[in-house]
Amino acid sequence: MVVETLKDDVQAVIARWKDREGNLIMILHDIQDRYGYVPREAALEVSRQSDMPLARIYEVLTFYNYFKLEAPGKFNISVCLGTACYLKGAAALIAEIRHVLRVEEGQTTKDGLFHLQIVRCLGCCGLAPVITVDEKVYSAVKRSDVVGIIAEHSKGLEAN
Amino acid sequence: MKRILLQDTNGSLKKELRDFYVSLNSYLRDNGLTDKAQVVVVSNIGVYDKGIVAKVIPEGFVYINLQNASIPDIVQKTILNGEKIEGLVFDKKNKQMRLVLRNCGIIDPESIDDYIAHDGYQGLANALAMGPERVIEEMKRAGLRGRGGAGFPTWMKWNITRGVKGDEKYIICNGDEGDPGAYMDRSVLEGDPHSVIEGMVIGGFAMAAKHGIFYIRAEYPLAVERIQKAIDVCYTKGLLGKDIFGSGFDFDIEIRLGAGAFVCGEETALIASVEGLRGYPRPRPPFPSIKGLWGKPTAINNVETLANVPYIFLKGGEAFGKIGTEGSKGTKVFALTGKVKNSGLVEVPMGTTLREIVFDIGGGVLDNRAIKAIQTGGPSGGVIPEQFFDTPVEYESLQKLGSIMGSGGMIVMDENDCMVDISKFYLGFCVDESCGKCVPCRLGGTQMLHILKKISEGNGDLEDMVKLNQIAQAMQKASLCGLGQTAANPVLSTMKYFDDEYKAHIIDKKCPSGKCASLVSYGINKDRCTACGLCVRNCPVKAISGDRQSKYTIDMAKCIGCGNCYEVCKCSAVVRQ
Repeated sequence: MVVETLKDDVQAVIARWKDREGNLIMILHDIQDRYGYVPREAALEVSRQSDMPLARIYEVLTFYNYFKLEAPGKFNISVCLGTACYLKGAAALIAEIRHVLRVEEGQTTKDGLFHLQIVRCLGCCGLAPVITVDEKVYSAVKRSDVVGIIAEHSKGLEAN
Repeated sequence: MKRILLQDTNGSLKKELRDFYVSLNSYLRDNGLTDKAQVVVVSNIGVYDKGIVAKVIPEGFVYINLQNASIPDIVQKTILNGEKIEGLVFDKKNKQMRLVLRNCGIIDPESIDDYIAHDGYQGLANALAMGPERVIEEMKRAGLRGRGGAGFPTWMKWNITRGVKGDEKYIICNGDEGDPGAYMDRSVLEGDPHSVIEGMVIGGFAMAAKHGIFYIRAEYPLAVERIQKAIDVCYTKGLLGKDIFGSGFDFDIEIRLGAGAFVCGEETALIASVEGLRGYPRPRPPFPSIKGLWGKPTAINNVETLANVPYIFLKGGEAFGKIGTEGSKGTKVFALTGKVKNSGLVEVPMGTTLREIVFDIGGGVLDNRAIKAIQTGGPSGGVIPEQFFDTPVEYESLQKLGSIMGSGGMIVMDENDCMVDISKFYLGFCVDESCGKCVPCRLGGTQMLHILKKISEGNGDLEDMVKLNQIAQAMQKASLCGLGQTAANPVLSTMKYFDDEYKAHIIDKKCPSGKCASLVSYGINKDRCTACGLCVRNCPVKAISGDRQSKYTIDMAKCIGCGNCYEVCKCSAVVRQ
């Protein structure tokens, strides 16, 4: 990934946080908000500009689940595997999505459209089981709904 | 304008309800009263099997078993005059008590004026006038204990931090709600952000801490946004910054985001994370109250704990202390979820029994199945079987049962939930989330999970249960932080109360609940089978053969036990053993 503004982007982020102690996690959050993940080039740039060893940055990046090291798909499917969702059959939903999209957890489909991730509790247990596709929340999802949810997003794209 | 809420639990708007809705609207229209009341159909009021149920807002009267004939009365008496109609009102004592959630859903969370109009920041003004010592005295009188799970007295935490010498001190609000199945903190942060800020400022004042930090999960963007907005507006109103209310007390707040690590709910790991490091816990002592963030004295309080504080300084510690039981004061918010009819947040005074929460408030078990257990405390807690449902909810009583109060997840499990599977689920979570720093947690958890997997696949022996117990004890005693120390609780409590279920897996090689795929076999009852072919189409491994004449059979050699056929069969012909 090469983004021309990368250097300036990182500079702006660092400038925003430079007066705060312990700012690394906040800097990485800002970068992920900007690109959808933390590209290696950006991590290198942070390392250069803030004079911090790259290992120190990756130590943090790899510890926290929230940070992504690879570009996400066009649509990100998150399946909640909190306790309430689990009891109400989230495992079957994951199996169905794997079956339909032929991807494993943390992978993106070959066409780059869908990325499947499993999350621990989205905090809306009353709606269990829950799936989100990007910002859209699907509640009380049944196994038979899965195909429809995926189709809803892939529809119209195939024509292009 | 008043509102009349009509309950339509399954969204089907049955004929009687539709008639009532139409008649009510027509009556309002015919009498020119459409500007007096608005009729809204809602999914849930929380009263079941009582015919047509309506609630009038703002009075909050709940009317049941309504007929079209009662419409004129409701409109004339309640809507126009605010009178209660005794013959219709649902008079069951409301067992909930909204104290932490007092403003949620009532005020506009993005309006400080609305919060102030509901006595907001009045508590802070009272506290500032009292002086730090009396603030701690008042907290002691209230008897508030930490709502994050362990239940350490809040006044004591504040008092220790206050007693440590140092010009820099911190108060951190722990909003890293990682317990899967709980969302109380999110609701408070989103629904009433100012109450948490007010609690934090009071805490800071009591300890002479000048810096407050909100540590919030990045997965809660709305909570972060609302807290940030609330902080910004507080600065413009002089409620944060220099010389608050002219008291000479300075206080600043900033937000730091979590990044998805359950272990960061642990105090020392949380501090490491705020410092921008990997969320590793460190040995205690020294406790954060002595040496915390940047080596300075730090008090860490849970969101719900802080949201309680303004109420204490508004109504007084004594009034707060009257709510709840001897050892556990105030209320507790639970996220009631799982196989319960009415899932959602409930807030009850301490001392309410589990049965009251699940059956009276939650409406009982979904689909009227038999209840098996209630789980509290998330991955650090345990299951509580039915014989103990009359236990009052208190820190100590739940601990005695092998569970904990926890942050407030309460999950109802029915007869279809397998206890071996549940403990595997929780332990799997802890193994995933273990930071890997100390050996007992890193290896112990993995080994226990391995044994549980063996049992659920039908390869376990009785010796395994002894091993599970031994490893669990080692983890409890030797792990560095709360995550490892409590990770075995779900396994221990399920083994304690559902010993027979474990033995069924081990000795009989059967899963009584039909959850563990390797121990379940499926067959087709040809007498009931209508040869519709649904099962064939849904089998992912083509293990079902046959045709419309000879009907279908399952080839057990190919079957992976996924249960698809069992779920889709409309005539109960697929049987599970």
